[in-house]
Amino acid sequence: MPYIEMPKLSDTMTEGTVVKWRKAVGEPVGIGDVIAEIETDKAVMELEAFDGGTLQEIYVSEGGKAPIGEKLALLLAAGEDAPQKDHRAAKTQQVNPLAVSPSRRSPAPAKAEKATAPVSRGRVKASPLAKKIAGAKSVDLALIQGSGPGGRIVARDVESAPVTPAAIPTAAATIPVLPPGLGDRRIPLTGMRKIIAERLLASKTQIPHFYLNIEVDAGELVRLRAHLNEHLEKSGQGKLTFNDFILKAVVAAVTKVPRVNASFAGDAVIEYSDIHLSVAVAVEDGLVTPVIRQAQKKSLREISEAVKDLATRARSKKLKPEEYQGGTLTVSNLGSYGIDGFSAVINPPQAVILSIGAIVKKPVLNAQDQIVPGHRLAIGLSADHRVVDGAIGAQYLAELRGLLENPAALLL
Amino acid sequence: MNYDLIVIGGGPAGYVGAIRAAQLGKRVACVEKERAGGTCLNWGCIPTKSLLRNAELFHLMKHRGGEFGFSFENLRFDWSKIIKRSRDIADKNAAGIEYLFKKNKVEYVRGEASLTEAGAVTVNSADGKTRELEAAKILIATGVVSRPLSGFPFNGRTVIGSREAMVLEKQPKDIIIIGAGAIGVEFAYFFNAFGTKVTLLEMMPNILPLEDTEVSQTLEKAFAKQGINVLAGTKVVKAEADASGVRISVEGKKSESLEAEVCLVAIGVQPLLPAGLSLQLTPRNFIQTTDRYQTSVAGVFAAGDIIGPPLLAHTASYEAIQAVEGMFTDHVPKRINAFPSCTYCQPQVASVGLTERAAREQGLKLRIGKFPFSASGKARAAGEVDGFVKLLFGEPYGELLGAHIIGAEATEMIAELGLALTLEATHEDIEASIHAHPTLSEAVHEATGQAFGTAIHL
Repeated sequence: MPYIEMPKLSDTMTEGTVVKWRKAVGEPVGIGDVIAEIETDKAVMELEAFDGGTLQEIYVSEGGKAPIGEKLALLLAAGEDAPQKDHRAAKTQQVNPLAVSPSRRSPAPAKAEKATAPVSRGRVKASPLAKKIAGAKSVDLALIQGSGPGGRIVARDVESAPVTPAAIPTAAATIPVLPPGLGDRRIPLTGMRKIIAERLLASKTQIPHFYLNIEVDAGELVRLRAHLNEHLEKSGQGKLTFNDFILKAVVAAVTKVPRVNASFAGDAVIEYSDIHLSVAVAVEDGLVTPVIRQAQKKSLREISEAVKDLATRARSKKLKPEEYQGGTLTVSNLGSYGIDGFSAVINPPQAVILSIGAIVKKPVLNAQDQIVPGHRLAIGLSADHRVVDGAIGAQYLAELRGLLENPAALLL
Repeated sequence: MNYDLIVIGGGPAGYVGAIRAAQLGKRVACVEKERAGGTCLNWGCIPTKSLLRNAELFHLMKHRGGEFGFSFENLRFDWSKIIKRSRDIADKNAAGIEYLFKKNKVEYVRGEASLTEAGAVTVNSADGKTRELEAAKILIATGVVSRPLSGFPFNGRTVIGSREAMVLEKQPKDIIIIGAGAIGVEFAYFFNAFGTKVTLLEMMPNILPLEDTEVSQTLEKAFAKQGINVLAGTKVVKAEADASGVRISVEGKKSESLEAEVCLVAIGVQPLLPAGLSLQLTPRNFIQTTDRYQTSVAGVFAAGDIIGPPLLAHTASYEAIQAVEGMFTDHVPKRINAFPSCTYCQPQVASVGLTERAAREQGLKLRIGKFPFSASGKARAAGEVDGFVKLLFGEPYGELLGAHIIGAEATEMIAELGLALTLEATHEDIEASIHAHPTLSEAVHEATGQAFGTAIHL
């Protein structure tokens, strides 16, 4: 039998995961050689070859699962012909006949596969002129979406692309990790986790972050909201959350300091006229940032309704792509999780993200230097220093503070 | 009767659009008032290429036979057979389109269409019957007709357009051609080759005014050598016609009065709008369309000559395919970008991309490479040493910006450069492509080398 199949490695095993291929396609395999590492429900075990030959094809890629007996690879002895290709009864989760690159043979158990952000593609299709311009401008073609025939990258695509730094770290872990032992769990990345990994790594490595923090007197906000909600409840209307007020204030402050609503575009800063507000929403195994479009045109009530709708649909994974793309500024609120204050990672290609903490009751000094009970709200601003300088960030936070400490203006 | 698409006009935009829509599984009707194939197949591109083939063969035998070692006692031609050959070819081509309609299940409706309203077309056929057709979408591809010189209307005998010029019963003794675009130039070559005395008038400083100036000037010299009276930079100030001929006064380098049996007016075209619904037009009365070929009325699209320049069969077909794919698939239609232009006189003229003039106006930095056919072995062997290949490359990347060829097989050679433009090829790509020896196309390779100092045969 020239096929290598998923073996039964434990009594309770029904399926296994190929953690790593130790042999690459085209490599000779001797009897007893370890050809792969298989993870069962209990442990990672080595798969040894019972026959010698050459590894001809791999059907289950690293990270892919297969039930017991499923064909994992094709091993041909010298002079043996490949059988008819009828084996791709796709019972496995990933049945990719991969082209295994030599880099997979590296001893590090972490995946060394080259990942390209944001969308991993195989061969880059680009015109000769596009390649030359990209070379001259240090633009990474792998990051560009082509607009030419068949999605080919043409000159205009490169000319309008932002300049990328020479070395782009890949999202794949490049630092060796401890191999999972008995009782450890290996959790393959979902599509969402991969995107989070890629985007946030790109953000932290490519965007020069700096952080500003303020503490706002939220006393008036607490009083106003309680007062309003009392009335809203009586009239049967939905209540307003602190977050609704904060979002409205964030947007209103942007209209005063529009520079924060911007992106760094390589040879220019693009300042957006519309405020498309991304709101971070925690979902199962990740987070999404649905977008409130043209938030500057929306009232407090409209923002409240929009965010409620988007968050609900985000949690049930019912958002359309256009509903979580194209934001110009993000708010991340961990107040309901009891976090006092934090500094979020910028959501690229935006220039700033606001980190909202909990409204905390604590002793404060009043105007007469007396210790009195007060409500305090910690707000952090993480900014891309290429777009926003410290003074601009401070100016923005001062506007935001003014609005939150006099929240009645937000009702207008 | 209900269709997904009704195409009005069966020319290179209409029939191509109709067939593509049918290939996409749509129910399609194509309404044509005359003959499938439109002007191109019946009264333009194809029949004139037949006439020009006769002309070049006769010209070669008559004037250059000795060079090849031929002598003739009594070399004659039969004018009516020349015309008949051209008509037979046109008929065969039109029948070919009708076959393609059948094969692709496009309903071919003969008659004159008028646009009753969005989604509805009335067809009046020659036998007096009227049919109402309905469709979700309509594509107008009605094309253009020759435009008369103001105050000098066509009379079908002494003042004619290109359509009459290709079926003249008798060879004229002399002809004045007003307008030296592709049509005027091709007819000038044709009539002159058979011995008609030809005067070619052009208002702009050079004939083929849209081509690269160097090419136009080279053609002027070649035409003068062939015996054509080329008057460029010359304006018609007075034109009169009667049954026996025309008298035309011109002003140019010198003012003179010209007489001839026939005058071919080839100054341009005018749109042939369908009757009925009025659509928003451009300042020159072509149908105004958006990037998706949508007219001012929802569901009504237009493509081809009727939406304005370039007025070419191959660009019309491209537009129609773009429009139809935009209607029925998620394809985002594209507008014409680079396209080849071809003129089939001898020497032939072909170009694609920017002229040197246009590139300089845009302030582009250029590298120009030129290779004369007189330095090509194949051209010498074929006895076709007139002309050159001129290529424009951009700085600093060396990408091809434009190509201009004048010479024997220019119209066939231009395709390579169209592909190079579409692929955004740089000079390295052309230089890295081995060109067969001996061919005229080697001149493309050598012109590229000449621009970058690596030409071997110069």
